[in-house]
Amino acid sequence: MADHKKNFLDGMRDGIPIALGYFAVSFTLGIACRNIGLSALHSTVMSFTNLTSAGEFAALGIMAAGASYWEMALSQLVINLRYMLMSCSLSQKMAPDTPMYHRLLVGYGVTDEIFGISVNVPGRLDPFYTYGAICIASPAWALGTLLGVVLGNVLPARIVVALSVALYGMFIAIIVPPARKDRLLAALILVSMAMSWIFARLPLFDGISGGMKIIILTVLISGVAAVLFPVDKGLAGGGKKEEGESDHA
Amino acid sequence: MRDAYAYIAVMAVVTYLIRVLPLTLIRREIHNVTVRSFLYYIPYVTLSVMTFPAILDATGSQISGFAGLVAAVVLAWFGASLFSVAVAACVLVFVMELFIC
Repeated sequence: MADHKKNFLDGMRDGIPIALGYFAVSFTLGIACRNIGLSALHSTVMSFTNLTSAGEFAALGIMAAGASYWEMALSQLVINLRYMLMSCSLSQKMAPDTPMYHRLLVGYGVTDEIFGISVNVPGRLDPFYTYGAICIASPAWALGTLLGVVLGNVLPARIVVALSVALYGMFIAIIVPPARKDRLLAALILVSMAMSWIFARLPLFDGISGGMKIIILTVLISGVAAVLFPVDKGLAGGGKKEEGESDHA
Repeated sequence: MRDAYAYIAVMAVVTYLIRVLPLTLIRREIHNVTVRSFLYYIPYVTLSVMTFPAILDATGSQISGFAGLVAAVVLAWFGASLFSVAVAACVLVFVMELFIC
């Protein structure tokens, strides 16, 4: 179908800001890899096969400590569990008759960012859109890691810091436009940010890891919102305006 | 350190399973309104939670991070594309930090 090509190219276009942000973050990840003595090849393979920032940063600490494989597995489970929620949400965004191999391939790309843009397309998700984003973002993640290990501190810190903001800018570009048309969503975003701020800043919650805080808040706030304000057309992200926009189906 | 590739394999398998299980196991449309609403709200809540206050800590100073946040919200509100919002936030943070850091 010709639409697949367009969706793939759209995915590549939307993958560019993701790649910029990934490059910056994975560059610092590469520096951290070098600091624990992980080779450039190991680091690159890790980034390419895992495609996750928090999980990989945590893994470095576990490797450096020489901890058991079980501890490694458990840490990744806890830190990356939020992807399971995203994957549930994406499962409803895809057409029910989407073949298994597409589901297996899209699964590789369920990161915070690629999920964010995938769930944001109008109507159903065409897997080719996600593939386009993966094609740009995943190599940038692996390449940034590689260069971080090899080049270390060559890239000025100012540039790395500035680039790392790209990911947050992108999140905002995803959540704000629908909130403009829907006051409930706008309120939900404000409540989420306020509660996230409280969880991050109050010493009471210091014992909870960053990944776990995201899960707790997501389940709690989305759950309460779902009970209080059920959405009858509740297709994830962008789905509210899906009537007449079945071009992704 | 133990074998790095073994560690990497364990990580990759666990992370991939987390990502792929719901996508492959939930193959039908869910009809329960509460569950559908829950899944509908997830992206907005989770992206909000991940953005704030993390953006304040990602930058050299909280002020530049906050400025980047405000600029991104304003641009996104007026319909700027994903790419322009992301790049504008980066540039603003970079320029501001030339002065305040």
